Amino acid sequence: MREWLLSDAPASRRQARLGRLYSGWLTFRENTLAMLGLGILVALVICAALAPWIAPHDPYVQDLATRLKPIGTPGHILGTDSLGRDILSRLIWGSRITLYIVTLVALIAPVVGLLVGTVAGYAGGLWDAVLMRITDIFLAFPRLVLALAFVAALGAGIENAVLAISLTAWPPYARLARAETLTIRNSDFISAIRLQGAGPVRIITRHIWPLCLSSLIVRVTLDMAGIILAAAGLGFLGLGAQPPSPEWGAMISEGRRFILDHWWVATVPGLAIFTVSLAFNLLGDGLRDVLDPKSGGSQ
Amino acid sequence: MLEVDGLNVWFGEGATHVDAVQGARFFVDEGESFGLVGESGSGKSTILRAITGLAPGWSGRVEVDGRTVYRDRRDRRFHKTVQMVFQDPYASLHPRHSVDRVLSETLWLHGMDRIDSRVPQLLEDVGLGPKFRFRYPHQLSGGQRQRVAIARALAGEPRLLLLDEPTSALDVSVQAEILNLLADLRDERGLTYVMVSHDLSVVGHLCQRLAVMQSGRIVEMMEVDQLRRGQADHPYTRALIAASTSGGRTSRAAE
Amino acid sequence: MSLLDVENLRVSFDTRQGVVEAVRGISFSLGQERLGIVGESGSGKSMTGRAILRLIRPPGRVGADRIALEGEELQSLSERQMRKVRGRRISMVMQDPKFSLNPVMTVGEQIMEAYLLHARDSRRAARRKALEMLEAVDIRDPERVMKAYPHEVSGGMGQRIMIAMMLIPDPRILIADEPTSALDVSVQRTVLSIMDGLVRERGMGLIFISHDLNLVSEFCDRVLIMYAGRIVETCDAARLHEARHPYTRGLLNSLPRLDQPRGRLEVLARDPAWAEGR
Repeated sequence: MREWLLSDAPASRRQARLGRLYSGWLTFRENTLAMLGLGILVALVICAALAPWIAPHDPYVQDLATRLKPIGTPGHILGTDSLGRDILSRLIWGSRITLYIVTLVALIAPVVGLLVGTVAGYAGGLWDAVLMRITDIFLAFPRLVLALAFVAALGAGIENAVLAISLTAWPPYARLARAETLTIRNSDFISAIRLQGAGPVRIITRHIWPLCLSSLIVRVTLDMAGIILAAAGLGFLGLGAQPPSPEWGAMISEGRRFILDHWWVATVPGLAIFTVSLAFNLLGDGLRDVLDPKSGGSQ
Repeated sequence: MLEVDGLNVWFGEGATHVDAVQGARFFVDEGESFGLVGESGSGKSTILRAITGLAPGWSGRVEVDGRTVYRDRRDRRFHKTVQMVFQDPYASLHPRHSVDRVLSETLWLHGMDRIDSRVPQLLEDVGLGPKFRFRYPHQLSGGQRQRVAIARALAGEPRLLLLDEPTSALDVSVQAEILNLLADLRDERGLTYVMVSHDLSVVGHLCQRLAVMQSGRIVEMMEVDQLRRGQADHPYTRALIAASTSGGRTSRAAE
Repeated sequence: MSLLDVENLRVSFDTRQGVVEAVRGISFSLGQERLGIVGESGSGKSMTGRAILRLIRPPGRVGADRIALEGEELQSLSERQMRKVRGRRISMVMQDPKFSLNPVMTVGEQIMEAYLLHARDSRRAARRKALEMLEAVDIRDPERVMKAYPHEVSGGMGQRIMIAMMLIPDPRILIADEPTSALDVSVQRTVLSIMDGLVRERGMGLIFISHDLNLVSEFCDRVLIMYAGRIVETCDAARLHEARHPYTRGLLNSLPRLDQPRGRLEVLARDPAWAEGR
């Protein structure tokens, strides 16, 4: 099997493609830290998927008798918050919200950025000038402030928070995609396909996107930590997920009032945010080694 | 087959304006192989890029197969008639596309049918077996890549092939293989070649006539036979001949 | 005594597909002469030069029974001692001056730095020495070139500057790895004859690594022909065209020649036995 995958002379399209994936996986696997990041994220996904079964309590049920119990209390391993809700259960359910935000942003921002960046880079001239100035305007605002303005205009709520974060996150991707496109645009293989009579749409989607994509994926994974933090920040400021939703940022915000006497209420969701952000960073680092277009995918 | 008259090519505008080619004039007959020789920066490759539209800033008259080529418009018929092979086989293949994809896409763009059977045929034409079909560029050697690039150029069955230093990035033994392949393909298909090179002996091997270029101008046109006999008028041509033949003789005095 | 003795040099790289041996046990010695190493890409010729200077990074591995510079074993030196060897005793000129010169420093500063790294001397002396060196590589207006940045000089000039920089600490051996491949034919010979003159004047040893048989036969005394990490033939440069090994013969015959037109070029039929030695 291994020989078949790593064969230098694949006999079919499928074998060639699988072989590439496999050798990428081998490179990735050598990076222990990246594997750790991947492991954490897989665990997160499993948690989110199995939340109703593994969460010991209902995340919304309040029990004022057991409020603010410390870490290690029997039945409440990570303690309870000010309304007596089990923090562990809230964390597990909250992972669903985190994944929801992360997925939506990861789908919207890079796609918009890729589209704007490659069109600007390939078309050049007026298109480039107009698209890039719009990008600059977005870049000129501090991200969280701009997101705040959007949420304020659109109304608080998790969908609007996602939208606001995506709208503020795409400009760097557009810049990156444009820079890549500029270097790719003049390469011989693009000239060659132009000489075959291929039109700009075909060149951008079939020839330029695949090369931009890998660096974008790396960048998105590395930025994911920032996106999670931005989402948490909006939640913290009360503009993202609304109580009693167990969103991690909102949980910190609620725990803030008791931070001196009951530190765990804010710290535990903080640690969760930290762990997931770190996992994404580690994964991004590993992916960079695998996806670097200069290495050709496998060496 | 190809006629070029009063061709000027420039890069940039205003303060950054650079004239790369000035007043180039030559013609190539059907079935003939024509060489453009000069050093880097002499504008020899730029002429090819102007003909194919890769260098947009040019003026003058270019005719391919009796049809005038316009600056910003090239139709399907042009692309079916004229194709180009690039210098660096490491840069002219898309790093993420397999050989199969490169050739199938090119065939599709030229509106060919039976693509699945044409791909192996193309590979065979350039001396690569079917086992190369699903490889990616990083699994190929420089010579094999250049063969794929030649197969791609041949996919649309063109009649005029522009060769931009097709062997200068290759080892000499591989260069011999590619030059032989190009000669065979020319004989089989009656192709017309315009070959750009800095190497007089390569041009002398493959071409019948050549133009010598220096800083954007054609300084001399000659037959290869004249070149062999060393009958060059321009001092620059003579210097080039001297540089490329002195190594061939082992006349170095014992020191 | 010979300047450099190499015995059973091996360079290998660990890759996923297994160990790739780039150089497989080659031995040679270098006196006050010009030694050419010729081979095609992948023959291990560049790796040989780099291995001597210990410039091969992991996953590459270098092993040898002996790499001795004027009798001193280089393999037992620490990295710190090795740094002193590089540049002061053995210098290297690489293929493309564009990548070897620092783009944000003037040419003068770089040459002076090369000198001051190895000699305790004043800046004034270093400057005088740099000017002298630039004159030695036939640069007509050294004062102006000293103030120029690398992108302001041509390729041939850049390579001459590199040679000046590499020779200023007065090394015993110069390793030139394809020093003229990036240059135009007419400039190539000028650069080579300058290098040649300096090397002979100073009684240095030159290792000239190239893929170009003609160039090597012209500018060297002795030639090693490498194939698949081994030396397949050693011969006098002047008699290269009488070489006997089928690989060398094949290489020579595959060159198109202006003075001998041929319908087809001879194609090298590679014999697996060559890779196993003779």
